[in-house]
Amino acid sequence: MEICRQDDALQISDLDPFLAELLRQIPESTNPEGAPAAEARLFSRPSAEKKICAEWKSYVEPELRRLFRSATETVTDDLTQLNGNEKSLSNCILHIPITHADAWLNTLNQARLVIAAKYKFSDEELNDHDRSPIGSRRDLGLFQVNFYGFLQEFILREISG
Amino acid sequence: MSAVNAGQLEKGSTSTVEAPIKEKETRGEEELDVPWQVVVHNDPVNLMTYVTMVFQRVFGYPREKAERHMLEVHQKGRSILWSGVREPAEFYVQQLHGYLLLATLEKVV
Repeated sequence: MEICRQDDALQISDLDPFLAELLRQIPESTNPEGAPAAEARLFSRPSAEKKICAEWKSYVEPELRRLFRSATETVTDDLTQLNGNEKSLSNCILHIPITHADAWLNTLNQARLVIAAKYKFSDEELNDHDRSPIGSRRDLGLFQVNFYGFLQEFILREISG
Repeated sequence: MSAVNAGQLEKGSTSTVEAPIKEKETRGEEELDVPWQVVVHNDPVNLMTYVTMVFQRVFGYPREKAERHMLEVHQKGRSILWSGVREPAEFYVQQLHGYLLLATLEKVV
C-alpha cells in the first residue's frame, strides 16, 4: 500500500485485499452497539455533577451523535471507490479530498476508541506496534487500531503542513 | 427588595432609608459565578499528535503550549487547559468531546 498527497487530495494506492477490507470496515467499526464500554467512551461524562450530566445528555449528546454520524457518512461515501472487483484493487486509488480530512480523523478516532473499548486493550498492548502474526479476532482488532492510527498520523502530517 | 416611596419623604416627615435587602440569588447564578476549569484526562488510544492539534484548534494555543499540555496529560494523567466562567468552559468541553477527548468540567476548589 502506498499513501501520498496529490494536490488537494490524499491518495491511497497499491491496496491488497486485506488492507482494502480493513478500510471498508472503518464505518462499521465505529458502531458501539452491544458494547456499553464503547458507548461510554464515545459519549463520556462531562462532569462529576449529576445536573450537568443530565443537561448534557439532553442537549449536547444529540449534537455529538449528529457530528459523529456526519463524519462517518463522509468516510462511507469516499470508500465507495473501493467497491468492485477484488482483482482490480491493485489498480484502484482511493482519493480522499483534503476537505474531508477532519471527517476521516474523527471517524478513524471513533473506530479506534470503539475497538479498543470492545477488546479492553491494555496500555502495553496498545504500545506494542510490532505484534504479529494475527492469530485471533483480538489480534486483528489491535492491528486495526494501529493501522487506523497510522492513517491518522499521515492525515495529521499532511494537514498541519 | 425594599423601596423608599415619595410619601415617606414628604417635607417634615422623618424617615429612615433601609438598607436594601439583597434578593436571594438563584442557584444558577451562583454556579455561574464559581470559577470552573476544563480538564483533559489521559487516554491511551488518542494519538499525541492528534491531541496536540486539538488543543491548538480549540484553545488557539501555539504548538509549544499545546504540546506542553499534551505531555502533562500523558505523564500526569490530566491537565487543566482553561479556567474561568462556566459558559465558555462548557463550550470548550463540548468541543473537546467532539474531538473525542476525555474532558471534564470541574469547579475550582
